[in-house]
Amino acid sequence: MNRAEKSEIVSVKIETEQRKKSGPQSYATELGTYNTSRGAAEDLRPHEQQLMQTLEKLGGKKLEKRRKEAQRLLRENGATHNVFEPVATSRTWQFDPIPLIIDSEEWTRIERGLAQRAELLNLILEDIYGPQNLILAGLLPPELIFAHQGFLWPCMGLFPAAERHLNVYSANLARGKDGRFWVLEDLIQPPFGSGYALENRVVMARSFPRLFQDFQVHRLAMYYRALRNRLALLARHNKIEPRVVILTPGPEHAYFFEHAYIASYLGYPLVQGGDLIVRDGCVWLKSISGLLQVDVILRRLNDDLCDPLELRKDSLSGVPGLLEAVRLGNVVTANTIGSSVLENPALLAFLPGLCRHLLGEELLLPSVATWWCGQPRECEFVLQNLDRLVIKPIHPMVDLPEEASGPMDEKQLQRWRECILADPHLFAGQELACLSTAPAFVSDKIEPRTSILSTFLTAQGKSYLAMPGGLTRTNVDEGNLLIANQAGSFSKDTWVLTKEPGKQVNLWLHAQPNQLIQPLFSSLSSRAAENLYWAGRYAERTDATSRLMQSILIKLRQFSEFHDPDDNHSLNQLLQALTHVTRTFPGFVGEGAAEKLADPRAELLSLTRDIDRPGSLRSSLRSLSRSAYPIRDRLPEDAWRVIDNLQQNWNPKIAMTLIGSGRLYDSINKLIIQLSAFSGLISENMSRETAWLMLNIGRRLERALNLIELLRATLVPCYEPDTEAHMMETVLTTSNSLLVFKRRYRSFMQLSTILELLLLDENYPRALAYQLQQLQNHIGKLPHESTVEQTRLDEKLISEAIEELRGADHNQLTKLSSSDSTYPLLEKLLASQEKRLETLSCSLMQLYFSPTVVPQQLESVLQGKVS
Amino acid sequence: MNFRLTHTTQYSYSEPVGLCRNEGCLLPRETLQQHCLSSELQIEPAPDELRERLDGFGNRVSHFAIQHAHKILKVMAISEVSVSPDPEPLALAHLVPWESVRNQLNGERPPKSLLAFPFLYDSLLLKRSQPLAEYARPSFPAGRSLAEACTDLMQRIYHDFKYDPGFTTIATPLSEVLANRRGVCQDFAHLGVACLRSLGLAARYVSGYIETLPRPGQERLVGADASHAWFSVYAGNSGWIDFDPTNNQVPSEQHITVAWGRDFSDVSPLRGIAFGGGKHKVAVSVDVARTSEPPRQYQAQSQSQNI
Repeated sequence: MNRAEKSEIVSVKIETEQRKKSGPQSYATELGTYNTSRGAAEDLRPHEQQLMQTLEKLGGKKLEKRRKEAQRLLRENGATHNVFEPVATSRTWQFDPIPLIIDSEEWTRIERGLAQRAELLNLILEDIYGPQNLILAGLLPPELIFAHQGFLWPCMGLFPAAERHLNVYSANLARGKDGRFWVLEDLIQPPFGSGYALENRVVMARSFPRLFQDFQVHRLAMYYRALRNRLALLARHNKIEPRVVILTPGPEHAYFFEHAYIASYLGYPLVQGGDLIVRDGCVWLKSISGLLQVDVILRRLNDDLCDPLELRKDSLSGVPGLLEAVRLGNVVTANTIGSSVLENPALLAFLPGLCRHLLGEELLLPSVATWWCGQPRECEFVLQNLDRLVIKPIHPMVDLPEEASGPMDEKQLQRWRECILADPHLFAGQELACLSTAPAFVSDKIEPRTSILSTFLTAQGKSYLAMPGGLTRTNVDEGNLLIANQAGSFSKDTWVLTKEPGKQVNLWLHAQPNQLIQPLFSSLSSRAAENLYWAGRYAERTDATSRLMQSILIKLRQFSEFHDPDDNHSLNQLLQALTHVTRTFPGFVGEGAAEKLADPRAELLSLTRDIDRPGSLRSSLRSLSRSAYPIRDRLPEDAWRVIDNLQQNWNPKIAMTLIGSGRLYDSINKLIIQLSAFSGLISENMSRETAWLMLNIGRRLERALNLIELLRATLVPCYEPDTEAHMMETVLTTSNSLLVFKRRYRSFMQLSTILELLLLDENYPRALAYQLQQLQNHIGKLPHESTVEQTRLDEKLISEAIEELRGADHNQLTKLSSSDSTYPLLEKLLASQEKRLETLSCSLMQLYFSPTVVPQQLESVLQGKVS
Repeated sequence: MNFRLTHTTQYSYSEPVGLCRNEGCLLPRETLQQHCLSSELQIEPAPDELRERLDGFGNRVSHFAIQHAHKILKVMAISEVSVSPDPEPLALAHLVPWESVRNQLNGERPPKSLLAFPFLYDSLLLKRSQPLAEYARPSFPAGRSLAEACTDLMQRIYHDFKYDPGFTTIATPLSEVLANRRGVCQDFAHLGVACLRSLGLAARYVSGYIETLPRPGQERLVGADASHAWFSVYAGNSGWIDFDPTNNQVPSEQHITVAWGRDFSDVSPLRGIAFGGGKHKVAVSVDVARTSEPPRQYQAQSQSQNI
């Protein structure tokens, strides 16, 4: 059948389709009305019926309750939101507890079809970037390649024959009215969703354990094991223990959750372009123990962004020289860069012919009917059926939505018409009117909805293996055929039924009886190290700010009740300390301080909740979660949940007049308890490797600096004896040391003993000396290149600081001459310690974080010439 | 005719560059009318990696990297080329109506025309458009031969547009060039290519050099030349024919081809990524000399520009 005939036939089909739509079947359940929009002869499939019965037993209310629970789990795990996105735009990804069920025979057919398709696409790629025989033979119109943005000239030659270039592949499927699955689109570059599919399964199993008892559902882990094997096999050198990394655009990316999730599940480092560098034709990971060679890159970064030298020049997320390293065979990317030329809806129209030509077989899995406008008859057909077809550009275009579907007004229709007429070869029309529905639990009722199933394949041996399941997305609105984007769509688990009892598949490898397995202390990328360090600092900063804030609130209350001028005096000192500790100048010390001290409420409120004010509690919490989010795969399982809860829930809505009422105090108290939970999880669950060292170095350094700031603002000035006692007690309370002090020194409140405890006691975890000890201990354990013989700068700085502190005597420090209004020696020591620690912080950054230098573009100038 | 070509590019940085990676399209390719006798790339400081490959269009691309700190990067391409013009393709193209070439590309598509397809559609810097087609249209009346039509287009660009080195940069879009009627050789070459593509013809951007002759009675200034660009049209069986709208000239023995692509971005003479470096300045000098002349002392007179 030639294409023209096909068009006519389908055109007739569309009309009959319209007529058939008249009478949908329906039957009622307890939960609502479920209409199938399939033909009269079709009812629910047997396993769907079985599922509906189970759900009916459960009842609507329970179902909704469980759904909410699942939704909460997804949220807590971070699947449905990104801390780098403003709250307003956060996607609301809803969970639909009714799985899409596919029986085992059907799945076998689908998997065979998908594997054939992947095979075919692989051969097409090889030809497009090689001899281009398909174009010569007239099987593939040249426009589909040369006019497609995904075709990257610098990638010519990267696809040698008889190799596999498509190592991961994803296709979106939908069930047609005939009950068969049809392919809607092929996804080649960063296929999204495999991690979400896994996450949905985990959540489903936790929230609806009973459902799994009634069905034999295929497990998903097998796919990941195959993927991991495949990636390891791709390595050209270092075949025994290849280093595989996952390249992500970064935590700002909408799907960063999934990138981190998969990295953590597969056990690969998650890296950004800036973490990798090309030297000597190889790709290296910048780690805190030096450069480590990378063998395989699983890309979550689009083709054109991968190498700013040869591809898109404005890409900041790529790795300059990556393409050359690939060309030299020193690194392999999955998929090969350039593969996205296959992401072209118009190709669907040519796949049957190409399949016959390249594989000598019929295409097993049909694509939805597609008309490419690059040929006159098809173009005419699409223009005549604009309102009934979905129109898609062959690649994403500026100013145009990814597709046009659903009802359009005359103006919109005209716009598309003009676009198509101007560049017919850039558009295709697809017929999606004949999709069937599956039961979905939306808006408290089970209703029929169209859904799209994303499937995931990985190359295995000579063929491909599909994840037995996938990510199913369902539309919220009844009328719409398509899930245009994920906003407002539901996602659900996908069950592939198996006849065998569920066999436990895990990712563990089997060791040979006499195989000696060396423990691998995974390398820490410089970026991860930096994030861990800052997570430690921000956690501690939040804690210190909270404690100081509590002391202030107590004083504020005491003063408003008793009007004791001593209270007022120490309140003012504390407020000034707050400005120093939070570094929120001018605050209570700079310009306008007098008014703020007279009525500190507005400034205090601002320091609790102004998210955009660095130093405020809310801002510190956000910084904490932004540092922790990219390294959540390094943290204990529940630690991220704690941080996320903290950040999401800390938004005290307290009127200014109620600031002294105790409500704010209680909120801060809760905050401190949650922060302790975080510290506890870290301290009890993290192995004392580099990641833990980095986090703790951050924490110790911050605690030392905050303590110094507090003491400088509160204990360096001289006071009247009564005020001094007040002040000292407050400082001890703020540093959580009052009880320890009382036990040790009974009721003798004296500056020198306070200093002995808070500054010089090397065994007391709140003391400055203890922080320095810990810093020295941790820094000494950090990996460093063995070639460097001399003492490292960081080790030198910390031992100098310790030496200075050890040389101090608490009795000397409190010496006063008659004219002094401050303790000069104490101030001198504290100032010097602060400076040493700031220098240490800078040198740590230089030594371990290798601050990413922003690369600059070089272009030669071209001047014209008239002769 | 034989030429010795020297193309020097020098980047000076305010801070040291620790690592840079570059691609150059500086060594002349082989063509039907041109043979490259010798060519070399001299790079200072010495590169840690240097490789040459052919890109998808058959151009010679040099990839090099310097992995140690430097404040000056100097890249000198020196080659000797012999040019032997062939007037036959142009003569043949005088016999072909332009529409027949267009129809061949858009309908019949004989296998031979495959090579022209990459140059038929939009590229990174060049988008076909109605205004471009309208500008080109008067040169392409029905039935006119392709050679005649393209010559006319070349002449019109030459007369309508003012050569103005200060007006455009690499980033200036074609629509602005068209609106203001001024630019440099690169803009005029782009204009020609985009006009032809807007009419459904295949055209490519050619990067190279042109020999400049001193005014009568004056000495030739060494190093004062520049890299040059022009456009080339696919003429069916006669292959590709070049037109230089900057000089209103059909290139013959004074034009030396280095590379061709869909537009400038495919064949940029030198591009790179540097880590560090602070601010940088670039200075370029080009010298095109007939090898029959006695060698002269090199004296760079270059244009520099802050980026």
